[in-house]
Amino acid sequence: MAANEARTRGDPQDDAWMDWRPAPLLPTQDGRDRALTFVVAALCFLACMSVFAMLASGRAASGWRRELGASATVQVRPKAGETGSEAAARAAEALAGVPGVQEAQALDRAAAEKLLEPWLGKGNIPDDLPIPHLVTVELDPAHPANAAALTAALDAEGLDATVDDHSRWMKDVEASGAAVRGIGSIGALLVAAAAGAVIAFATRAGLAARRDVVEVLHLSGARDRFIAGLFQRRFAFLAARAGGYGALAAVVLAALARSLGGSNGFTPALPLAWTDLVAAVPCPLAAALVAAVAARRTAMSILGQTT
Amino acid sequence: MRYGRAPEVLKDINLSLAPGSFHFLTGASGAGKSSLLKLIYLAHRPSRGLIHLFNQDVSTLERAALPKLRRRIGVVFQEFSLLDHLSAFDNVALPLRIAGMRPDDYRKDVAELLEWVGLGRRMLAMPPTLSGGEKQRLAIARAVVVRPEILIADEPTGNVDPDMSLRLLRLFVEMNRLGATVLIASHDQTLVRQSGMPVLHLTDGRLVRAQPERVSPQE
Ligand SMILES: Nc1ncnc2c1ncn2[C@@H]1O[C@H](COP(=O)(O)OP(=O)(O)O)[C@@H](O)[C@H]1O
Ligand SMILES: [Mg+2]
Repeated sequence: MAANEARTRGDPQDDAWMDWRPAPLLPTQDGRDRALTFVVAALCFLACMSVFAMLASGRAASGWRRELGASATVQVRPKAGETGSEAAARAAEALAGVPGVQEAQALDRAAAEKLLEPWLGKGNIPDDLPIPHLVTVELDPAHPANAAALTAALDAEGLDATVDDHSRWMKDVEASGAAVRGIGSIGALLVAAAAGAVIAFATRAGLAARRDVVEVLHLSGARDRFIAGLFQRRFAFLAARAGGYGALAAVVLAALARSLGGSNGFTPALPLAWTDLVAAVPCPLAAALVAAVAARRTAMSILGQTT
Repeated sequence: MRYGRAPEVLKDINLSLAPGSFHFLTGASGAGKSSLLKLIYLAHRPSRGLIHLFNQDVSTLERAALPKLRRRIGVVFQEFSLLDHLSAFDNVALPLRIAGMRPDDYRKDVAELLEWVGLGRRMLAMPPTLSGGEKQRLAIARAVVVRPEILIADEPTGNVDPDMSLRLLRLFVEMNRLGATVLIASHDQTLVRQSGMPVLHLTDGRLVRAQPERVSPQE
């Protein structure tokens, strides 16, 4: 074949050159690379875990929001010549006719006492304890009636009542959801910045340790961007692999927690869905991108300073 | 030309090499041969004075313009400067890779060149496993692989026996015949004399043109 032909023509006797593939120009440094892999993997693990926590808390918050938004509570104060129960019943009737209300139900004394039990203890509620007369209103989740409409309906019936549409709690839930998102985003940015700094540091160290190689490359006519490209590729691949390890570890841990927590996720407060684990997939890519940018910028700036 | 605040190593050098010429550069150890070569192969900048290469002043050239010129210059470094983590083959292929060529376009050329310098059976050997003479030949192969217009060698026969010296000299002469301007620093008087090529002699930071016979023996 080609090799024999080459031999008979008196070309190089050794066939090794026929299979030759260019070797990486930067020598690998096993110890240092392992340490770097570990650090980047740990950072990616943390990033994935915080993304999972963000997704889960977002889901929890929207669950609470749905529950709170779908109901309202009305407290009725009976006027003279009317018992509390009668007033509550009248209120329930009036509220049931408001568009956007699915159901309105007056809480009778037994149900109200049940609500107080956790605080006062069963059987400890005196018969003459004034208990607020409540109407629970279930709203149409798609088009919930607002507090003003409910109040107007009650006023029309001449009832003295206060409407609580839970908007105060909704605001709290929204605020805490925004806080979790904010903290999560800052965390993700910090992790990315830390990864970038670690890679920049490694590039700096690599350039210093390989000064001899860099000089030979320069004198052989290599441009700064050729040399920076070597570090860029090297660290991008390393970070992608490390990112893979970190993401995998996070997914395994989260999946474990998810399956231990039963059908509702690992805690009722942080309901993680199986599909949330997909969020770990871009992690190796993001790590590679951060590493590539950090390595290139560092190498270019260091090389640009030499004369 | 000076290093830091030390006295000038080279002063008042006025040298012009005709394209396609072949010169030896001689001088006692420490005379500044390597320093002069470094100025020419663009590893150092002169502290004062002008250097013209390829019809342009390169003494004040901006950094970004250097790589292009360096690719037209082949250098055999005094200390070889081989990359120890790369095979002989990869070392020779290096300037071609830097020039952006594809492996399939130069694989055979590199193999033939390695064969020519007597490393045909050591193509995939790592430099630390090579003898001094083999490293020298490898460094020469790397310098000539791009067919440079200027070929500079710093003591290229320092580690080889007289027979190999002659063979390597023939390699340089062949490159010169193909059009390269060749400048070789050497203190190998026998080789210089055998070559019959013109000699540039460095003393006291100054350059003297001489014929091989008129150069006084050193050390
Ligand atoms: N990197 C350097 N830093 C400081 N001094 C140097 C350096 N390189 C060479 N020198 C000095 O410059 C002078 C010339 O050295 P060199 O050019 O290597 O001479 P040659 O190659 O002729 O032996 C010597 O005195 C040497 O000590
Ligand atoms: Mg020298």
